[in-house]
Amino acid sequence: MRRIRLHLVPLILVAAAVAVASVTSGAAAKSTRAQADIVFASTQLNPIPEQEALRNIILKGSPVGADFVPILETALIDRLKAEAQTGKGTISLVGALDGTFASLDPNLFVDLSAIAANLEKRGVPKQLLNFGKVGNKQVWVPWMTATFLMAANKSALQYLPAGADVNDLTYGQLHKWAKTIAEKTGRARLGYPVGPTGLIHRYGMGYLVASFSGGVVTTFTSKEAQAGWLLQRSLWKYTHPQSLTYGFLQDPLLSGEILVGWEHMARLQNALKTRPDDFVVFPAPKGPKGRAFMTVVSGLAIPRTAPDQAGARAVINHLLSLSAQARTLSAVGFMPVVGGRLSTTINPGLLALARAARKQTTSEKAIPGLLPIGLGTEGGNYSRVFRDTFTEIVVKGNNPKRILQEQAAKLREVFAKSGAKCWPPDPPSAGPCKVG
Amino acid sequence: MGAARRLGRWEGLPYWLILPTVAYLAVFFAWPTVQAFELAFRDGDAWTLEHFRTMANDAAFGDALRFTLLLVVVIVPLQFVVALGMALLVNAKLRARGLFLYVFLLPLAISDLAAGIVWSAIFTEFGYLNTILEGLGIIDRPYLWLDPQNQGLLLMTVVAAEIWRSTALVAIILVAGLQGIPREYAEAAEVFGAGFFQRVRRVIIPMLKPSIQVALVLRVILAFEVFATVIAITGAGETVLAEEAWRWKTSYFDDSVAAAYAVLILVLSVVSAGLILRLLRTPREQMAR
Repeated sequence: MRRIRLHLVPLILVAAAVAVASVTSGAAAKSTRAQADIVFASTQLNPIPEQEALRNIILKGSPVGADFVPILETALIDRLKAEAQTGKGTISLVGALDGTFASLDPNLFVDLSAIAANLEKRGVPKQLLNFGKVGNKQVWVPWMTATFLMAANKSALQYLPAGADVNDLTYGQLHKWAKTIAEKTGRARLGYPVGPTGLIHRYGMGYLVASFSGGVVTTFTSKEAQAGWLLQRSLWKYTHPQSLTYGFLQDPLLSGEILVGWEHMARLQNALKTRPDDFVVFPAPKGPKGRAFMTVVSGLAIPRTAPDQAGARAVINHLLSLSAQARTLSAVGFMPVVGGRLSTTINPGLLALARAARKQTTSEKAIPGLLPIGLGTEGGNYSRVFRDTFTEIVVKGNNPKRILQEQAAKLREVFAKSGAKCWPPDPPSAGPCKVG
Repeated sequence: MGAARRLGRWEGLPYWLILPTVAYLAVFFAWPTVQAFELAFRDGDAWTLEHFRTMANDAAFGDALRFTLLLVVVIVPLQFVVALGMALLVNAKLRARGLFLYVFLLPLAISDLAAGIVWSAIFTEFGYLNTILEGLGIIDRPYLWLDPQNQGLLLMTVVAAEIWRSTALVAIILVAGLQGIPREYAEAAEVFGAGFFQRVRRVIIPMLKPSIQVALVLRVILAFEVFATVIAITGAGETVLAEEAWRWKTSYFDDSVAAAYAVLILVLSVVSAGLILRLLRTPREQMAR
């Protein structure tokens, strides 16, 4: 015993540790294989409460179990490319925004035409299904949709300008309203999610510019677009300064820091769910050209390298069943893609969100827009143009004409690099979309 | 006893003991560093400074650099003074000294993002601070602490959060250093009539120099990397270098410019660490007690 060679001890320990680790990880791999759960990686429903809802409520009753893995968009893109390169896949099912799929090579995924035909019979609108098509190939199928809406504390309704209908506001009326609120309450109480995790870039690209100019890219530097940015700048006086820190407007709405705001419906749902009687939700305002709004479509796809394609198909079928779709609305506040009447048994706050979204879509002079299509990795730079434009013109108060010219140059670079064609609300183009 | 003696005699042992650490550092630090440099200085097959040009021409670059340096300059000295006070308190012959140590260490156990969120909940308009001040009748309506138009105030809120969060790190190193100083020195100085502050200045601080070096180097490097507290408290109101690196990687999908930021942070850290080591150099003959 005393003769044992001491310098061998660390080596033996390391060897033992490696042996133990490999045995246990082997056992772990075996046990997951026994359950035959498929790996479902998604950039959507990533906040913890949404993950919980997906695992415990929405996926319940699925014939094949799914191991839900929340993942960042950049990580998902890297992962899918890496799995395709090595030919060894772990992900069987992918959930992501339409824009994410648009930035990926369609060849990474299998054709889902058969499922799509089935979904059309179940009442998924053909227009929605077509978003996932590249040529004749159904690269992804729609899973759920969402949009951005306005929300207000009911106590602010008393300050609405005379004759204004909250469900049919104009940008001018919003301006008067915000001004009155600031005067009566002593502080600016309008809110926008301008924080680092906020979605303010969607406001420029889907709401403000299109409401004033009718387009987004093709009318980017137009006089009408400038007028829109100028109006937003004058609204900034009545916008809460802490808007620069807001990621999700539901929190400042609940605390009362802001009384009116524009936000993604999923980022309003906590406020609406917890105090449905205190808040109203309504469509975004309309500008001179109409009421522009943006529909966000999330989709599902199966990578070519999926270890269990049949299992993934079964989970897609489950997620798009009527009952799972209804549960998607009630549990996470996203809109279903399968047709059918809205049940009145869901939380009144969520019902209000869904109704406001429907009002926005069906309103007169609606200008529906989509997330960018075909920008690939330039998607980030496209968003950046709108975020920087907002910061420069609205927050810092710089000259709109000059800033729009500067940013237009960056937009041109985005389209030169990606070659993307125009998408709604811009009119279709033959070649790369032209920045106007 | 025999085994222990052999252990002490065997010269190869230390190398075996640091082997796991070296392997870990090589795989998780050295290799990624090499990769980051490659990303930052390469474009395809050619070497380039283009990514650094993009970084320097970015509108946010100047703001990020300025705010990062400002944080380093304000936080580190302030923190050092507070930490020295905490260390002296823990080291004093007080009854509840153990308790002080535990209380001081609590913030270290909290993630920086969580700390940032807590402090933003304190400073936000309808947050804890305003509620307390209103309750005490000091203010009659909530004060806007997080007003991006008021940069000095924003800086102060981040400094408050950072001091609360990481001063204990500096303090714990100083405590360890203080405990290595024999009490006889301070007692001898006392006998010769040195007051408390004289003892601290003339006896304790000079003997604490090696610990101060370590603490300052560590703290300055961490200050250059500050990220989560700033983003949680100031949002888009202020930005720092690490935040811009993150944004270029995750929002603009440009790994090369993100790597350029990382390289800049590394260079700033190395230069300032070298500076501290030089300024606080302990002559060799003073090292051994």
